[in-house]
Amino acid sequence: MIRKKTFATPFIIWIIAGTLIPLLSIAYYGFTNREGGFTFANIAAMFEHDHLQALGLSLLLALISTVICLLLAFPMAMILKDSKYGKQGFMIFVFILPMWMNFLLRTMAWQVLLERQGVINTLITAVGLPRQELMNTPGAIVLGMVYDFLPFMILPIYNTVSKIDNHLIEAAYDLGASKRKVYTSVIIPLTVPGIVSGITMVFIPALTTFVISNMLGGGKINLIGNIIEQEFTINSNWYLGSGLSLVMMIFIIVSMVLLQKFDKTGGESLI
Amino acid sequence: MKKLGKIYILIIMLFLYLPIFTLMVLSFNEAKSMAVFTRFSFKWYAELFQSRLMMGAIVNTFSIAILAALIATIVGTMAVLGMDAMKPRTENVLLAANNIPMLNADIVTGIALMLFFLMLNIPRGYCTILFSHATFCIPYVILSVRPRLNKNTDRLFEAALDLGASEKYAFRKIVLPELWPGISSGFLLSFTMSVDDFIITYFTRGAGINTISTLIYSEVKIGIRPSLFALSTIIFVVALVVLLIVNARQAKADAAA
Repeated sequence: MIRKKTFATPFIIWIIAGTLIPLLSIAYYGFTNREGGFTFANIAAMFEHDHLQALGLSLLLALISTVICLLLAFPMAMILKDSKYGKQGFMIFVFILPMWMNFLLRTMAWQVLLERQGVINTLITAVGLPRQELMNTPGAIVLGMVYDFLPFMILPIYNTVSKIDNHLIEAAYDLGASKRKVYTSVIIPLTVPGIVSGITMVFIPALTTFVISNMLGGGKINLIGNIIEQEFTINSNWYLGSGLSLVMMIFIIVSMVLLQKFDKTGGESLI
Repeated sequence: MKKLGKIYILIIMLFLYLPIFTLMVLSFNEAKSMAVFTRFSFKWYAELFQSRLMMGAIVNTFSIAILAALIATIVGTMAVLGMDAMKPRTENVLLAANNIPMLNADIVTGIALMLFFLMLNIPRGYCTILFSHATFCIPYVILSVRPRLNKNTDRLFEAALDLGASEKYAFRKIVLPELWPGISSGFLLSFTMSVDDFIITYFTRGAGINTISTLIYSEVKIGIRPSLFALSTIIFVVALVVLLIVNARQAKADAAA
């Protein structure tokens, strides 16, 4: 047979050099102090007030954004399933084109809209209302997250919803189920894998972002991603940055394990 | 209900596209204002194309994307063939490791790679970005190629050998065409992931090298210039045209089938 185990050698080397050793180096720096000794201080640093506050805010904003995305995406997926649009290239405009636009530019677009001298404020003052402080607020960050990640929620949900056999839904109605019952007992349970991938694809980038909070929070609102980024780029404290990254990874792993409990297919709907 | 659905789609579309269209309109605005349109002008486009930094970033972005996608496609496809020859247990361990970069947050992947380069004293620049991009692209190639390899491919391959084909010939004529849809979608996925990436590039690039994303980030930090609106408009139009062409060809192929 043409398949030889050795074909996988470049891949194995790549995994070791590109994934495993780099991750181990985070663990190494995370448990090391500047003098090279072993320490838990970098991990414990997460409990400092500023860091804890940033982590709490990150979890809160990521959670809010994920819920909003889910609430917006599910009806969208259902409408697309039933409409003729679903079969046309229309989907491209809903999911793929926004994904192809650089997300920094898309975030910047909201900066332009929300700025003090920006589009929305100009419109507001034109009708005689007072200028609003829209930028540099947690709300602006949530807006940016929802805007950037919404297609990643719609796509997997649409993928699973569109595969639901319509006969199942008809059968449920024929057997006398109410509309509500059809949703809670047939459609939503069958959509769980898509919802789980959607949540993963929105929650984790939202939890760990530093770009959106930097651009729409004006550097005044620190999320955990900002704190970690600053440790590496400004303070050059790799030890602390690695320690905090390790704690953040725990949150990522925990949220994924929790999500996978709901999804029995193992994330097939991601692709 | 139908009407309500249409209105809902319209609202979501407006939400997705109004910000982008605002940038489009402002890109033709002569004044630097972010709100008031004074006069139609192409001057921000001229500024964009005269910017050496931007042209360099565009070249870097696309050359890295093509090379990273190419490397990832070759390494990933070989890995699929290689893993197929292994015991299921070994394969599962490798597949689990393969999932790590996909499931991990970009910021962790970026930091991990940065620390790796720093520890080995590898100067960060073009090559470190390329290595990192290939690292996060390989999993996607494996995930899209692996489902194409099945029992049927095995049987066809062996049939070809029985009929006197050399291994190379049978591979080229049987296995490769079977895998091809997975290989090409893996390549395209890698390419777009690489072009779109900011976070991993941000941590693995050195000073003095930029991709489009990192350049946008540093320019936005200094202050938004309308030439970025021009860039956004160009990216939008290019993406739109490419997608329309792909879609039209797809529709044609579907009609022919």
